[in-house]
Amino acid sequence: MNHKILEQYSEHAGPDVIEHLKQLVEPLIGLKVVHVNSTKLGGGVAEILDKMVILMRELGIDTSWEVISGEAEFYTCTKNFHNAIQGNRVNVSDSQLEVYEKTNAETAERLRDKLQEADIVFIHDPQPAAMIKYIDSRKAKWIWRCHIDASKPFRPVWKHLKNIISYYDASVFSLASFAQRMPHPVYLIAPSIDPLHRKNMDLNQTDIDEVYSRFEIDPERPIMLQVSRYDRFKDPVGVILAYRLAKKMLPHIQLVLAGGGASDDPEGEIILNEVRMAAGDDPDIKVLLLPGDAHLTINALQRAADIVLQKSIREGFGLTVAEAMWKNKPVIGGDTGGIRIQVVNHHTGFLVNTPEGAALRIRYLLSNPDILNNIGKTAKEFVRENFLNTRHLREYFTLFYAVLHNNIERIELS
Amino acid sequence: MNEDMNKIDKFIIRDCALVVLATGKRAQNLRELRDFLHDVSRECIYYHFWSGLLRPRFQDPEYHNDFSVWAAHSLHDKELAEKLAIINPTDFSDLDDLRNEVIDILEEALDNVEYPPWVKSDAQFEFVKSQIVVFNTNRTANNPEELKDQIAEMSAGSIFFHFIDAQRRNENSADDFSNWLVNFGDEYQQLIRQIDEIDPYFAPLTKLRTELSKVFENYFNTVY
Repeated sequence: MNHKILEQYSEHAGPDVIEHLKQLVEPLIGLKVVHVNSTKLGGGVAEILDKMVILMRELGIDTSWEVISGEAEFYTCTKNFHNAIQGNRVNVSDSQLEVYEKTNAETAERLRDKLQEADIVFIHDPQPAAMIKYIDSRKAKWIWRCHIDASKPFRPVWKHLKNIISYYDASVFSLASFAQRMPHPVYLIAPSIDPLHRKNMDLNQTDIDEVYSRFEIDPERPIMLQVSRYDRFKDPVGVILAYRLAKKMLPHIQLVLAGGGASDDPEGEIILNEVRMAAGDDPDIKVLLLPGDAHLTINALQRAADIVLQKSIREGFGLTVAEAMWKNKPVIGGDTGGIRIQVVNHHTGFLVNTPEGAALRIRYLLSNPDILNNIGKTAKEFVRENFLNTRHLREYFTLFYAVLHNNIERIELS
Repeated sequence: MNEDMNKIDKFIIRDCALVVLATGKRAQNLRELRDFLHDVSRECIYYHFWSGLLRPRFQDPEYHNDFSVWAAHSLHDKELAEKLAIINPTDFSDLDDLRNEVIDILEEALDNVEYPPWVKSDAQFEFVKSQIVVFNTNRTANNPEELKDQIAEMSAGSIFFHFIDAQRRNENSADDFSNWLVNFGDEYQQLIRQIDEIDPYFAPLTKLRTELSKVFENYFNTVY
């Protein structure tokens, strides 16, 4: 077993956490696990799997990672599935469904030997979900992992997907509020951040200094930051309002809004223009449009900030919150979705419902630097214990035992 | 080491991990919460009082069970939250008695309102339960003094398994440390009494480990 990567994680998560994982995994060594998703590059799922697969292998699980791919209409269909799970009223045409089924059938055929030899098949999101229908006499336990906020799905499309998911032995959602009723056990496993990813790795002061000069940010004055897509639900205009209210009392503060526009989001451009209008000619507001792979820049901006905001009015899990907290920053977050389990008032930041609430908390934190620092430290420890991918992995291993033991309440390993 | 001690089995240190399951039951108001409480499994009640210690969440310093957290932060009913938070589950030997205590408090709150308070749909109370996996750590203690050294090094999962889960698992409702120490006759009665005085409920597992460790340290420093 090559322990090099485990040693790296040990430095961040703590040696006891790695030891715990090694003990937990011991009876599973040699287990064959196949992950299937739709891409190895880009997007949150690929990001999680990238390190998860390496860690599983290092810990002795025989892990492989496969992808499903298809023609353009396949992706149109799965994008519609994705949007429908999130609650958008989109329809999926019969011809799209036909392509979806055909692509799944072909991929199942291509992977048949591997899927039939596996002990656990882990299918991520809707793209490869229908493969299960094309593998007869399944030996493995099949788990469907939903990374999407499915709290209010568009029912006509969800009904179709649910029929497919019903074939599985178990499904996994990120939060209880995202979970849907199923004819099999439904597990709850929160997502996680990777401390070794470029987004979160330790940086030198020179990396941070570079973003000050590149974006003309004054390092001597307090910096508020929100990192998010230009999306109405992230309320970037509300962040500007909060900044303006706080600036009346604290004229020296600066605001940085950093984000990209999703290529499949036509509203992004409209929101970005609204944000630029709201920012006006205030030289202390920087509206940055960054490419999707600007991980080191985002990392440096988060480290440069004094306070990070995530003032969403609707949010899935909101992992940017954990990313900021990992960098010792207090977070002022919208009182919604997964932000609620990361931001705890007075301990890791503040939950707010209005720009006024956000302004109040900005003022409070900047007027009390000791409290700001203490909250930042607590936030980092909270993430270390709860939102690193080592915790995610522990829960996956526990899940493997659970499904392999037919979901009994207590599993005693000898 | 005397001859009797050689006959006593080693203390085998075990560890545990939890995985959480949705039940599909959600309460959006106080009346629904009470109604579901009548029906949910004992595992569910246990989870909302105890298992939170091992899952990703912030240990609320004021409200220690999920029902009181929901009353405080979602229903914004501080009076109800306080009444629920003061419940100490160790006072109830039976989970159904604990369930009934919560229901009684909710009934009383419902008696005092014309309409049951509601929460937004994204702040409903989610009833969940867990599965536990217990595994070996390959660590043992041959005698109580070795156990003292081992406790300081135990993971949160080991503390949960041997101190909290044990009280539900063991027929005499005692923790595993005390049950093992009894094998040594009267010699460690004082230590067992001191362990018994530790309230396992109102602190995170890391603090509980510190407290247990301190009790063992003090005992051996004083007695030997």
